[in-house]
Amino acid sequence: MDCQRVLSLMDGYLDRELDLTTQLAVEQHLADCPACFAISQRQQALSAALGAEARYHRARPALAAGIQSALDKIDATSGTKRRQAPRWLSLAASVAIAAFVGSGITYWLAGPSPDELLTREVIASHVRAQMVAGRLTDVSSSDSHTVKPWFNGKLDFAPPVLDLTTQGFPLVGGRLDYLANRPVAALVYRHRQHLIQLYVWPAADRPDAARHALTRQGYQVFYWSDNTMRYWAISDLNADELKTFSSLIQEQAAAGRVMPATRSLPTAEDMR
Amino acid sequence: MLPHLDAAYNLARWLLRNDADADDVTQEACVRAYRFFDSFHGGNAKTWLLTIVRHACYTWLKQHRAEKSTMPFDEQQHSSNNSDPVDGHDPFSANPEALFLQDADRRLLHRCLEELPLEFRETLILRELEGLSYKEISTVMEVPIGTVMSRLARGRALLQQQFAANNVQEA
Repeated sequence: MDCQRVLSLMDGYLDRELDLTTQLAVEQHLADCPACFAISQRQQALSAALGAEARYHRARPALAAGIQSALDKIDATSGTKRRQAPRWLSLAASVAIAAFVGSGITYWLAGPSPDELLTREVIASHVRAQMVAGRLTDVSSSDSHTVKPWFNGKLDFAPPVLDLTTQGFPLVGGRLDYLANRPVAALVYRHRQHLIQLYVWPAADRPDAARHALTRQGYQVFYWSDNTMRYWAISDLNADELKTFSSLIQEQAAAGRVMPATRSLPTAEDMR
Repeated sequence: MLPHLDAAYNLARWLLRNDADADDVTQEACVRAYRFFDSFHGGNAKTWLLTIVRHACYTWLKQHRAEKSTMPFDEQQHSSNNSDPVDGHDPFSANPEALFLQDADRRLLHRCLEELPLEFRETLILRELEGLSYKEISTVMEVPIGTVMSRLARGRALLQQQFAANNVQEA
C-alpha cells in the first residue's frame, strides 16, 4: 500500500470504519512510514480535540418543557395520547435496551436472569393449573404415602412429600409438570382457602441454602435449594405464612424425615 | 421523556449557529417527529430523529437566508496535500494523548468548526460530537457512505488548515 492510498484511507482508518484487512494494511504502512504516521497523529489529535473540546450544545430545560407542552396540547385536542404516548415510550425503552445490548461487555446482563425466567415459568404454571379444571392434581390425596409413590416411574427422582397437616398445611395432591426444561414434581398444599404449589426437582448444580423471596403479580414466590433438590413455592398466601411453609419444608427435608435420592428405587416407606 | 433531544438540539444549533433559531427548529421538528411517529418502523431512533431535525434545519435555512459560509472554501487549496504544518504554533502536532488545548485554542477551534461550510460542518458534528458511524451519518444526510467519507476527509483537512492559518494570524 503506497502513501497516496493510505492518505485516502486515513479517515476511515482512524474512525475504524475500514474492513479488517484494509485496517491492518494501513496499520502496517503507518508502522513503516514516519511521514504518514505523523499525519495520522495530527488527525487523531484533531479528532480528540473536537470530541473533547468542541461544544456540545445541550437542549435547555425550557426547550424540553416547550416540546412537552406542545405535545400535550396536540394530545388534548386529538385524544391520541393513549395511543401514541406509550409507543413513544416503548421506543425510548427499545433504544435504551438496544444501546445496552449493543455495548457488548454488558451483553449478558441485558436478558432476564435464569431465576427471573424460572419465576415467570412458575407463575404461568401456577396460574394455568388453577385455570383449567382437573389440571391442578394428577393424584389427589392428603396422604403423602399415596402421593409420593405416584411419582415412581414418572420422574427420575423421588420428590420429598411431607405431611404438614398438623402445622396447618394439609396436602392436596401432586402432579407432573415441566419447568426449567425438565419434568418436575408439583406438590399442592392448602392453607385455609389458599393453595400453595411446591415445585421440586433435583438440584443440578450448587446448593443455594439462602431462601429467595419475591412478589410477582400478587403471588408470593419463595425458592431455595438443598444438597439434592431445588424448591420453588408459590401461593397467593401472605408472605409470612408462605415463609412459615417454606421453613417447614426446608427443616423437615433437611432433618431427613424424607430421604430424597436421585434415581432411587422406591424406598420401604414408599412401599408401605 | 424525549429521547435524543440533546442530539437533536446539538445538530440544529451547529447548523443554524444561533440559540433561538435552534430552539424553534428543534421544537418544531421534535413535535413533528412525535406526531408522525407511525412512520417510524423500528431501527435506529436517533438517526431517524436527526434526519427529521436536519430536514427542518435545511428548510429553515432555505426560507430565512442563504447559508453563507464566512469562510471561503478553496477547492484548490484544500485538496492539496496539507500535511505540512503551517509555521508557528500547531497544537495538533502534539501527541494526541498529551493534547491540551489552551482556552484561546479551544475558542478558535470552535469558531473554525462553526465557520466550516455546512456540508462539512454537519458531517463533522455527527461524527466527532455525536459519534455516529459512517452508515448512520449516510442515513441522516441521505448520501452514500463514500460521500460521507470524502466529506469527513475534506472537512477535517479544511478545519486543520483554517485552525493553523488563524493561529498564525493571531499569534
